[in-house]
Amino acid sequence: MSNENMTIHLKVWKQKNAGSKGHLEDYKVENVSPDMSFLEMFDVLNEELIHDNKEPIAFDHDCREGICGMCSMYINGRPHGPLEGVTTCQLHMRSFKDGDTIVVEPWRAAAFPVIKDLVVDRTAFDRIIASGGYVSVNTGNAQDANNLPIGKDKADLAFAAAACIGCGACVAACKNASAMLFVSAKVSQLAQLPQGEPERQARALSMVAQMDAEGFGSCTNTGACSAECPKEISLDNIARLNREFMGASLSKPE
Amino acid sequence: MTSSKLDAKIPQGPIAEKWTKYKSTIPLVNPANKRNLEIIVVGTGLAGASAAASLAEMGYQVKAFCFQDSPRRAHSIAAQGGINAAKNYQNDGDSVYRLFYDTIKGGDYRSREANVHRLAEVSGNIIDQCVAQGVPFARDYGGMLRNRSFGGTQVKRTFYAAGQTGQQLLLGAYSALERQVGLGAVKMYSRHEMLDVVIIDGKARGIIARNLTTGKLERYFGHAVLLCTGGYGNVFYLSTNAMGSNVTAAWKAHKRGAYFGNPCFTQIHPTCIPVSGDHQSKLTLMSESLRNDGRIWVPKQKDETRAANDIPEEDRDYYLERRYPAFGNLVPRDIASRAAKERCDAGYGVGTTKQAVYLDFRYNLINKYGKAEASRLGIENPDLDTLVKLGKEVVKEEYGNLFDMYKQITGEDPYEVPMKIYPAVHYTMGGLWVDYNLMTTVPGMYALGEANFSDHGANRLGASALMQGLSDGYFVIPITIGAYLSSEIRTKAIPTDHEAFVAAERQVKERLEDLKKINGTQSPESFHKRLGHIMWEKCGMARNEKGLTEAIGEIRELRKEFWKDLRVTGDVDEFNPELDKAGRVADFLELGELMCIDALDRKESCGGHFREEYQEDGGEAKRDDENFMFVSAWEYNKESDWTLHKEVLEYENIKIAQRNYK
Repeated sequence: MSNENMTIHLKVWKQKNAGSKGHLEDYKVENVSPDMSFLEMFDVLNEELIHDNKEPIAFDHDCREGICGMCSMYINGRPHGPLEGVTTCQLHMRSFKDGDTIVVEPWRAAAFPVIKDLVVDRTAFDRIIASGGYVSVNTGNAQDANNLPIGKDKADLAFAAAACIGCGACVAACKNASAMLFVSAKVSQLAQLPQGEPERQARALSMVAQMDAEGFGSCTNTGACSAECPKEISLDNIARLNREFMGASLSKPE
Repeated sequence: MTSSKLDAKIPQGPIAEKWTKYKSTIPLVNPANKRNLEIIVVGTGLAGASAAASLAEMGYQVKAFCFQDSPRRAHSIAAQGGINAAKNYQNDGDSVYRLFYDTIKGGDYRSREANVHRLAEVSGNIIDQCVAQGVPFARDYGGMLRNRSFGGTQVKRTFYAAGQTGQQLLLGAYSALERQVGLGAVKMYSRHEMLDVVIIDGKARGIIARNLTTGKLERYFGHAVLLCTGGYGNVFYLSTNAMGSNVTAAWKAHKRGAYFGNPCFTQIHPTCIPVSGDHQSKLTLMSESLRNDGRIWVPKQKDETRAANDIPEEDRDYYLERRYPAFGNLVPRDIASRAAKERCDAGYGVGTTKQAVYLDFRYNLINKYGKAEASRLGIENPDLDTLVKLGKEVVKEEYGNLFDMYKQITGEDPYEVPMKIYPAVHYTMGGLWVDYNLMTTVPGMYALGEANFSDHGANRLGASALMQGLSDGYFVIPITIGAYLSSEIRTKAIPTDHEAFVAAERQVKERLEDLKKINGTQSPESFHKRLGHIMWEKCGMARNEKGLTEAIGEIRELRKEFWKDLRVTGDVDEFNPELDKAGRVADFLELGELMCIDALDRKESCGGHFREEYQEDGGEAKRDDENFMFVSAWEYNKESDWTLHKEVLEYENIKIAQRNYK
């Protein structure tokens, strides 16, 4: 690890709003510390731009701890940049070299329209969850938590699927802009658990239908989604979703 | 005496019966009328999402708002370690009373007994509800739920999902919310920020929100308004809060008549990753649960140059275990933070800045987990390497994501070398004053979760924020809101062209335009940083009269400069994060002053509020129960002008004592 400060060249997507055409714009950032996060480098750049009375670059971010799923930069052709299992906010400049040129674009998918610069609209994900990504249990319905033992292996599998942060990197990584990894993570989490059993088939069917209605592409099992997922959601979930969907379709009453 | 303006509406009767009795006698709204009543919920964290979902399930029409792009991203998502509940699954003597007692004591006897007891009573229901939703809590091989320990308690009552408990609980509440969205019972407005409350005939009747995508101002009516907008820790600029966390909604409510309770009670969390440089935008927490298994120490000698792993046992000062043998590394947060500051100020800090202490896992990794795993697997006389290897696997399962995060941020591997940690601003116990029903001093306006002041006194215990947020949203507000709405069933929806809506929108518009037209030279960020510096230095971990008095003057000056020299790029009527930020910083610049005024007024040390003038000989906080056993509730008059109202705290069930963790 070098402690020397670096100079970084950026090519960043600028787009005024959903209706206008975008382009890549060049920026130079000097005195970049290797300990800075990628987003902190953008903070520094934006402060300089404001100082020069230029418009700063709009980007989504919030928790900066890798858990809220808000940050969403497509860095040198990869969602969340070069590291594996890491969101943009947890990517640090020590992963780059002095003099590097970095291209930064927004998530690209028809279902994620650009709002401004690097900011996209991901409400399609919310609508998919609203179509069935839950257990229908009203507040107050619950029995004592330990009345429902769940084997550790099942619980761990459900937890691994539930780790999805809904950032959309899977869609951005996919050449078809498919949302299968996102949908499968939720379907898998609930399909593994007894709580999810009663609505298991309806859930798979309606979430897939909503995914299609939102304009996400088809899955061709390339696996880029899982490889780029900052939470390393497994491709097994897609296999499970296919099984759930198939089973539900076959047994669906006409 | 309690100010006549503050009626906490605490039900009569013995503490253990208050809530049960009250629930059974509170006025109800019949299902047909519920459909005609509209409720606005601002914020979709644990409190907001659970409230919005539960109220919609009951039949109310709900409108929910969040400034993030999705309700799932509210900052509750980042809570790591766990959620408390008095289930006594571990058979270690836990009970509702014990959770109640621990919380009051942990809060240094500055919270309201009745509210805290209710919180402890419903804590178990929360776990049941979350499990029913499919929240994947950690489990044992037999399928039962696991627990871990947190600070300020001697039982294991904390339920968890690795280091992602907040995420899993929020996704549970979010899925319940989205279910209601899908059913049409909740209308969700994401990327919307509340910029004012609309008051008609003294009652909260709606909000003005800015659509952050288009920049347009929008008006929304509600029979009641629930603020579930979190805490104000970002007034310090650097904190563990998310970048967007802000006080704006609560502050607008305050300026419209809601009293602000105990603004100076802020929590500094002992275990955070230290500041690395001027570019730092936020601080990252390392969960309190790590103190279960990590031991905190500094070198015994000043200017120690050896690497941590080369310092032998006899040269290490495990100062928490030394000073507080009964609770050791699990003392409450305020005490652990001050102890770290004390060691660093005395010159024993580690790392390049000397503003850090070690949090070391090696001992428990080998002796607790390594040995347990070895005997579970039947390995006899395991060598050290085997113990380390086995221990690492368990530690990875318990805290893997936290260790990864630490490594990512610092470049050091905490499985191999101790973490370096230092206290940072984490939570605010203060917030809008609410009565037992969670209603503020403005009729029809409620505050839930971290946004209110009620349950944690002067110091919150770990794993209790999630508990309170969900308690307020799932189990308290659905009941208590009936006390108000039952008398509102004849109120028809008020059209948003009512003059009060028009006037409120005009004021919001003027303020936004005022911010824009200052046309100065300095960014919102730069003012925020300077405010944060004043707050941390003079209203942070240790406070004194001189510093606080100076801070008030400095904040006033900074605010003047802000309104003279702020630069907001972009336009008012478009997507403009700089404008959003400018508005939030403007509000922080007013709140900061009130926090210092409150801290100056409270001439005692209690919980997170440590006044250097008031300490015991050994450096412990010195409370003044005779003169300060009250909630400070501040009424806004005009800029820099507040009136203090006091709610005297009465302890009928808990014997007041000096907090002792020794």
